[in-house]
Amino acid sequence: MNTMMNTIMRDIANEGGTGFSRRDLLKGGGALIVGFSLAAAPELASVARADIVASPDPNLIDSWIAVHADNTATVIFGKCELGQGNTTGMLQIAGEELDLDMSQLAAVRCDTHVTPDQGATTSSSSIERGGPRLRAAAAEARAALLRLASARLDAPPAALTVAKGVVAVAGEPSRSVKYGDLLGDKRFDLKLTGSAPQKPVSQYTLVGARVPRRDIPDKVAARYTHMQHVRVANMLHGRIVRPRGQGAYGSGARAVSIDESSIKDIAGARVLRKGDFIGVVAEREWDAVKAARVLKVVWQESATLPGNAKLYAAMRAAHTTDTVVVDKGSLADGFARAAHVASATYHLPYQAHVPFGPNCAIADVGPDGALVMSSTQDVYNSRRMLADTLGLPPQKIRVQYYEGSGTFGHSCYEDAAQAAAIMSQLAGRPVRVQFMRADEHGWDNYGPAHVAELRAGVDRDGKIVAYEYQGWQHGWHVIETSQELAQLTKPKERTSGSNSITVNPVSTGAMYAIANRRVISHAVPMEGLLKGSPLRSPMDMHYSFASEQIIDELAHAAGIDPLEFRRLNIAGERWLGVLNAAAAAAGWTPRASARTDAETVTGRGIAIGTHHVSFGAAVAEIEVNRRTGVIVAKKLYGALDAGLAVNPALIENQIVGQMVQATSRILKEEVIFSERNVTSLDWESYPVLRFAEHPDVTPVVVQRLNEPSTGAGEEVMGSTGAAIANAFFDATGVRLREYPMTPQRVLAALAG
Amino acid sequence: MADELSIKVNGRAWAVAASPDTPLLYVLTNELELKGPKFGCGLAQCGSCSVLADGVEIRSCVTPVAAVAGKAVTTLEGLPAWYAETKKPSQAPALHPLQQAFIDAQAPHCGYCSSGMIIKASELLARNPRPSDGEIRQAMNGHLCRCGTYPRVMQAIKLAARVMAGETP
Repeated sequence: MNTMMNTIMRDIANEGGTGFSRRDLLKGGGALIVGFSLAAAPELASVARADIVASPDPNLIDSWIAVHADNTATVIFGKCELGQGNTTGMLQIAGEELDLDMSQLAAVRCDTHVTPDQGATTSSSSIERGGPRLRAAAAEARAALLRLASARLDAPPAALTVAKGVVAVAGEPSRSVKYGDLLGDKRFDLKLTGSAPQKPVSQYTLVGARVPRRDIPDKVAARYTHMQHVRVANMLHGRIVRPRGQGAYGSGARAVSIDESSIKDIAGARVLRKGDFIGVVAEREWDAVKAARVLKVVWQESATLPGNAKLYAAMRAAHTTDTVVVDKGSLADGFARAAHVASATYHLPYQAHVPFGPNCAIADVGPDGALVMSSTQDVYNSRRMLADTLGLPPQKIRVQYYEGSGTFGHSCYEDAAQAAAIMSQLAGRPVRVQFMRADEHGWDNYGPAHVAELRAGVDRDGKIVAYEYQGWQHGWHVIETSQELAQLTKPKERTSGSNSITVNPVSTGAMYAIANRRVISHAVPMEGLLKGSPLRSPMDMHYSFASEQIIDELAHAAGIDPLEFRRLNIAGERWLGVLNAAAAAAGWTPRASARTDAETVTGRGIAIGTHHVSFGAAVAEIEVNRRTGVIVAKKLYGALDAGLAVNPALIENQIVGQMVQATSRILKEEVIFSERNVTSLDWESYPVLRFAEHPDVTPVVVQRLNEPSTGAGEEVMGSTGAAIANAFFDATGVRLREYPMTPQRVLAALAG
Repeated sequence: MADELSIKVNGRAWAVAASPDTPLLYVLTNELELKGPKFGCGLAQCGSCSVLADGVEIRSCVTPVAAVAGKAVTTLEGLPAWYAETKKPSQAPALHPLQQAFIDAQAPHCGYCSSGMIIKASELLARNPRPSDGEIRQAMNGHLCRCGTYPRVMQAIKLAARVMAGETP
């Protein structure tokens, strides 16, 4: 049994798991370790029909740590590997407290029936909010192991030392015992109280180290199982059938007629329909692709979107619900003291998540239970949503996470899972649904558009004395499209419950010491616009593009170097730290604009920003071709203070990724839609930054050993975009108030 | 009814059950159960499905399986052996130098584009062992990445080129 458990826990490890081990897992071996039990050893296709029971209890140490006879440990946590290095970082935290090294540690995939509920893997929160609980569990596991060792070695716990899972009496290395011999493959059977002492930061050796990512070797050797590669027995291939590109939110997708005979020549293909949800399935994937393409459907059409041309006017004209997010001091007094005032309106687009590999999911739904595999960032929330769609109790649904392609927020992963579940329930067989490129591009939950109106003033000494930010935006979707169509539900909008839905008070001026500041959030109804959701660093690129350009304008108006101006007005030591770090990396020295009359001009810009926590700064060096309007981001320097950096190498890699993606978003990306529907459905109509266009990126991690770890996956996005915008002004003397900064917009702005 | 078709992938002959018009990608992923090539767009726009056909990078998502009959197809899985065959070292390495360089440079994030990137770069280095930065940028320009790994991929390709030339990296 012990050997079997080792095999099982390793087999479902994130790295190199086969994806087909759940049969073994369900045989009951895992029960001993993670606390669920299943009787038989059913064939995979009928797994979902088995009696699936509940979730691990997060208040038990056994739900987090399993120690094996060979002196290794499996670490179980509810945060997903998204390619950000989460597994590596979380194992470092656990290994540090347990005194095990990385070679002794394995992790498991998120799974409602294996991993504790730690909420969604979003907002760059894994290390920040997921880490402390894991650290507490690991520390408590170590304390329990020390008690066992104390009895075994007949020495008080205080006299014991641990290295690599070997407990020894201090000064007497011959008196030692391994964790594996103390507990190997047996349960702790202890409550997690959170009371065990944790290692002081000064003793850290694994936390803070540049441990290489655990997932990369398999990813480059074609051994990694992405969701798109999972296959199960007796599976049908499915595709969704919808209009090409979503229409106005709330208008649904109603088929007036479906001509099922149009696919009669495609072997085994058939239509599955529930409410307005339409899918096709076939034994072979290519037949499903063809059937989805060929199926003749007449859709009810409506021209109720504003289209790109009238979007911002529609948002400003909407009946809004307004919230004063910040109201500090007196704006009137501040502006009365201002020597210079800058004001401007900014128009900022819908942008798409569009993971590089469209989302995919597999569902096996039976009358009494379901197994769903998907790239969801929150297996527990998926389960609640699926329960509603399928009419099953949540505890009868098991959701397993498989990494997909980088998703950067709430892309179509839940929608694909819902589609697979609906189709499997209709077909009575497991169904794999792979979204096609146009499905993902056209039915995404886009990062919402934004309108900003800013006004700010600076006094004669270069101090910002007044700042007002008014922003217009809508909220997020609640129900996935597949579910909405299947259940014919009315559209709902999430308008609260996240501090990214109203205008973010941190990204709008909080990095500066401003006595008089007001931020107002105008909530625009989503109905009639496009479906929205959080997209990497939700809305911050919008806020920073507007806010940091206004700050830059004040610096120029005051005749102060933009770096020096920010230093003069900075709100705190940690903001100053990243500002200086980015400036130092870039070798920033005050100078006059390098502006010339040449065809190609160069510029540099600086900006600071964040999401809600952590501190980010960026410097951009760009080239602008004034004849073609093409902007090339040449060099970027990014600094991030995320408190205690558990693994600075991971954060450096995240800074590089953020800065390249932010360059893509600021220069290229915009969802295009007509009055009927979204029309940017592939990489031609929704261009992203290409290889030849990428900037050189210099990442700088500001290590703060005595500060709590905070998010590191998005906090340099905002400052990067804003630094590029400020560099454009430096190069041309012209401000762009709208992005993406496409050649067309650049030429129009330069023509003035 | 599906015709019997045989293709050569990673040095082995495979009988294919799929119809001849089926894109090669679906045969590689569903019948051969390979994890290198991946579905990204089905439009030959992104490069996640790239494989080598007689040493030339092709997009398997738009290439009918019948079109590679008689050609030697190499996926990421077969790249070390393909490298050994072309470079004739005494034995096939466990990884192509590019794969090792992607690890050394910690290049991938989600890793979805990595296979196509490595395939394309292997084609580049086979015909141009010491490409300039500009040549790398141009050669790789048909391969998209949404995670923002381009700078690290660039580093990895240059590192692999140095290793393949026998230089100390």
